[in-house]
Amino acid sequence: MTDYQEYLNFLYSALESQNKKQLALSEDTTLVADIGLSSLEVMEFIEKIEDHFDISIPLNILPDVNTIGDLAKKVRELNL
Amino acid sequence: MLFDKFQTMANFQAELASRHVAPFGAVTEKILSATEGVVQGRNVILAGTNNYLGLSCDVRCIKAAQEAVARWGTGTTGSRLANGSFTEHQALETEIAQFYGVGHAIVFSTGYSATMGMCATLAGQGDVILLDADSHASIYSGVKQSGAEVIRFKHNNPEDLAKRLLRLGDRAQNALIIAEGIYSMLGDVAPLQEIAAVKREYGGCLFVDEAHSMGVLGATGRGAAQAAGVEADVDFFAGTFSKSLGSVGGFCVSRHPELEAIRFCISAYIFTASSSPSVVASTREALRIITAEPQLRQKLWSNAHQLYAGLKALGLTVGPSASPVVAVEMEDRSATIDCWKALMEAGVYVNLVIPPASPSTNFLLRNSVSAAHTTAQIDTIIAGYASLITAGLITPNSKAQ
Repeated sequence: MTDYQEYLNFLYSALESQNKKQLALSEDTTLVADIGLSSLEVMEFIEKIEDHFDISIPLNILPDVNTIGDLAKKVRELNL
Repeated sequence: MLFDKFQTMANFQAELASRHVAPFGAVTEKILSATEGVVQGRNVILAGTNNYLGLSCDVRCIKAAQEAVARWGTGTTGSRLANGSFTEHQALETEIAQFYGVGHAIVFSTGYSATMGMCATLAGQGDVILLDADSHASIYSGVKQSGAEVIRFKHNNPEDLAKRLLRLGDRAQNALIIAEGIYSMLGDVAPLQEIAAVKREYGGCLFVDEAHSMGVLGATGRGAAQAAGVEADVDFFAGTFSKSLGSVGGFCVSRHPELEAIRFCISAYIFTASSSPSVVASTREALRIITAEPQLRQKLWSNAHQLYAGLKALGLTVGPSASPVVAVEMEDRSATIDCWKALMEAGVYVNLVIPPASPSTNFLLRNSVSAAHTTAQIDTIIAGYASLITAGLITPNSKAQ
């Protein structure tokens, strides 16, 4: 089982190429409002996570995901 | 504020207005033929209509509609479940089922309501839906309403679908797999042989939307599954009457008798008025024509190859193979808008597509070919694109200036 911080660290590194504003990322950074991801970019990001952890992330979780921390928690749940 | 979220769109519309260009909802003032019209005051070749076989202006379809409107009136004024089921609707359901060689059919008022309604109803809470990532908005809308767990697989990628079904374990047996025949924006065809093989291996129920492939692909025009030889693996076919059949409406057909019970559970079917009888009558006539006249499909493909080869020879970025939908991909929004405007001025109407309607961050000049286009009209469309290059609006490798 991977710990929450490890999920966060993976998400930070996976977001590197999409972090065009070069924000200092934290678990409270929002994917859309802060980083400025478009809906297409969010889906590309999700695919990266799915490939890395070999999981499927249902679209149903997305309305509850605003921050990197929200996503790390959801991915951890799915990967348990 | 409630309206704040619309500001970005309002700004974009204001930008278009300031550039004196109206690509979205361009008003057609006159239809001269299936391939020519007057749009925003200009005589143009219509190269963005999805009128694949040109049947919207076929005299036989027009006559059928005229006779039906005289016989039945202008509308049904009610739901199929109330007063809106006429013998025309029943006859069309029988005929579309026969066309597909299956026993059961539902006719809807629009193609959108057919796919949205079926996808919202077939799977429910506790079920899993796997849909192609580039699925049409009506499919996304439907699966969102379904209450099922919704998982995307990578576009046209059967290996990714297989991986995701494998992850589901026993739940895969009951999963709903959704793919399209031809994808509407880039004109690419689904690898249905491989998708059907994955379904056979892992289980699940296969739903194929043939909206852009019915009348276009397959020996008798049933679509991409027929062309791939995998119709027996498809549980539900959906489609529209508003493209190759030149009218409006949608359908779902199936070999499963359960479709008759499902009919009574689809909100998009129940809580809307049924199609006007004149629309149904022209659809029935168009269905008869596409069955009797396969030469229409041959002419469509001849035109599609001509346009694809012409645009490719210009060095523009088009899809991997010829298709009745030929989209030119560009990276710069402003340049794409300029190109759309210049094409209109050259007498060619095409569709301007911007993300997220396009499947990537690219912008599209989307052309759809018709069997009714003449060779000379296709040459004019190609010449329109060549003039964009001459004017410096687009470079041959499609990197917008």
